[in-house]
Amino acid sequence: MSIEIRNITKSFGSFQALKGIDLTIGSGELVALLGPSGCGKTTLLRIIAGLEAADSGQILFHGEDTTHRHVRERRVGFVFQHYALFRHMSVFENVAFGLRVRPRGQRPPEAEIRRRVQELLELVQLDWLADRHPGQLSGGQRQRIALARALAVEPKVLLLDEPFGALDAKVRKDLRRWLRRLHDGLHITSVFVTHDQEEALEVADRVVVLNAGQIEQVGSADEVYDHPATPFVCQFIGDVNLFHGRVHGGRALIGETVIELPDIAESDTEQALFFARPHEIEIGGDGAGIVAVVRDIRRRGNAVRVELERKDGRGAVEAELSREAFGRHAIKHGDEVVIQPSKIRVFQP
Amino acid sequence: MVDPEPARLPRLNGTSTEAIAMSAQPLTFASHIHHVHHAARGEAPWVRWSLIAIALLFLALFLLMPLALVFVQAFAKGWETYVSALADPMALAAIELTLLVTLIAVPLNTVFGVAAAWAIAKFEFPGKNLLTTLIDLPFSVSPVVSGLIYVLLFGMQGWLGPWLHEHDIKLIFAVPGIVLATLFVTVPFVARELIPLMQAQGNDEEEAALVLGASGWQTFRHVTLPNIRWGLLYGVILCNARAMGEFGAVSVVSGHIRGATNTIPLHVEILYNEYNSAAAFAVASLLAMLALVTLALKSVLEWRLARQIDAAKDEE
Repeated sequence: MSIEIRNITKSFGSFQALKGIDLTIGSGELVALLGPSGCGKTTLLRIIAGLEAADSGQILFHGEDTTHRHVRERRVGFVFQHYALFRHMSVFENVAFGLRVRPRGQRPPEAEIRRRVQELLELVQLDWLADRHPGQLSGGQRQRIALARALAVEPKVLLLDEPFGALDAKVRKDLRRWLRRLHDGLHITSVFVTHDQEEALEVADRVVVLNAGQIEQVGSADEVYDHPATPFVCQFIGDVNLFHGRVHGGRALIGETVIELPDIAESDTEQALFFARPHEIEIGGDGAGIVAVVRDIRRRGNAVRVELERKDGRGAVEAELSREAFGRHAIKHGDEVVIQPSKIRVFQP
Repeated sequence: MVDPEPARLPRLNGTSTEAIAMSAQPLTFASHIHHVHHAARGEAPWVRWSLIAIALLFLALFLLMPLALVFVQAFAKGWETYVSALADPMALAAIELTLLVTLIAVPLNTVFGVAAAWAIAKFEFPGKNLLTTLIDLPFSVSPVVSGLIYVLLFGMQGWLGPWLHEHDIKLIFAVPGIVLATLFVTVPFVARELIPLMQAQGNDEEEAALVLGASGWQTFRHVTLPNIRWGLLYGVILCNARAMGEFGAVSVVSGHIRGATNTIPLHVEILYNEYNSAAAFAVASLLAMLALVTLALKSVLEWRLARQIDAAKDEE
């Protein structure tokens, strides 16, 4: 089922959490709402669920206006950041809850409830925990039970608030691959909120980057990474180096350094922002470039991170080299080198 | 449909035992530090023991001895006097009235306490701080003053007195006045107990229930109530003890009409003032027994409640 979000705004007192959000989520899509804390992503998710009311705007499920429909009747599955499992109920009763609270006429018979819960517990591979209480489970197990509970009511939309936020790194990695596969199996329209760009890029079909209550960019993982629409997206997604300068005659001028921009046809401008990712910084090019001093060298698996200080006193630059390239250049701490971005993104303020 | 990953769980178990094995050495080191630290900080044994002795002596002198004396005095003239003091029609009327007042005041304040705690713990609204302060008011006002407020409001010389008289409604020096005064002094118990508990538990479980399709009542009945049941029972027991034992406020509004507006504490006072101390202590022993039962229930509930709050913190 598709979700259409039309011009949603929301304020808390004088703080404007959402400033006119428009977004369409296709049926069966897995979308990530990505942004720093306080950007409004959780508020947007809660408005979609009906846990929060928007000040203005509409939410449409499958073309049908649900703005004024009670959260009870929206048939969404919601997975809370801290799971919100019913602490006094067994795992089985937690998953069965959504079926048991149905009005008498719509409530499935007890045998059917047992069968459904069993099926869901098998789906999340925790059927052996049915009699335990939430307090006896690990974080990853609680998360999967919360998911099973949300799926029990056969929701048309699945919403997840920071689903991996409270887990340690290893479990988080496993669980997000598992969620991706689960989604591929169920094809239920899903939206999840995260502040972790790596998580968003790895799991989601499409990423919605939010900042200060507005959408900065919507696109696939590759699109937002390779073609960021705004300086914010560029800086938020992945590490990046920022240079100030100007554009003149198809060339970037950073201080006294001139860099050819073959594929950029920007009009000339007196002020421009240039972004280059650490792996797009080349060290030891011939002549033209920015002169910098090597301040720190750190090895990270197969890559080497080199931290440099610009000679013109305009800040630090981070470069990432492969082991081979690093070995070829024989860079040492304190060396004076010439750096040059091999690829650059230009934004005109 | 989903790729099972059974291998992951045993591996996780493996790492955790490894972690425990690795921590074995630092653990002994830590306990060593703890030991040294304790010895350095600890007082000399005689200081510790004399402090404990002073505390126990104080308790024995001012709490246990009076409590024991109540029963000694009650049975001073034998079983028969004790039973006849309780079987006296005036005593029975006092017991009946006390039970009636308690049966009205405790359920009402339970409902109010749950509603107020729910509102304060789970919602933001203007005047929230004022409401919290108001709930505590009966604790900070002398019970005699609370009683006087009702006399000034509803008494013959009070603001509403003439109007009530015209309509033949009798509040002061009658049962309704006693109920009102008891209600007032026992307002805080349930709410005070529940507010911190509900705040610690937060709103998540209720929201989860709503999303899953539960109605407001189902949410309260199946999610909120089980989560607060020990705290609620604790508050109700304290509320009950106070409702039965309240003297000051009730004394002012009661008028001390024997067999009609006397509660147990008032009846004890009258008997005592008549130098009928055996009967006074006999009736007083009822209140003393109530205190003992309350104390016992209270310690059991405190233990359950501590576990419930810990569980709420674990969820965070």
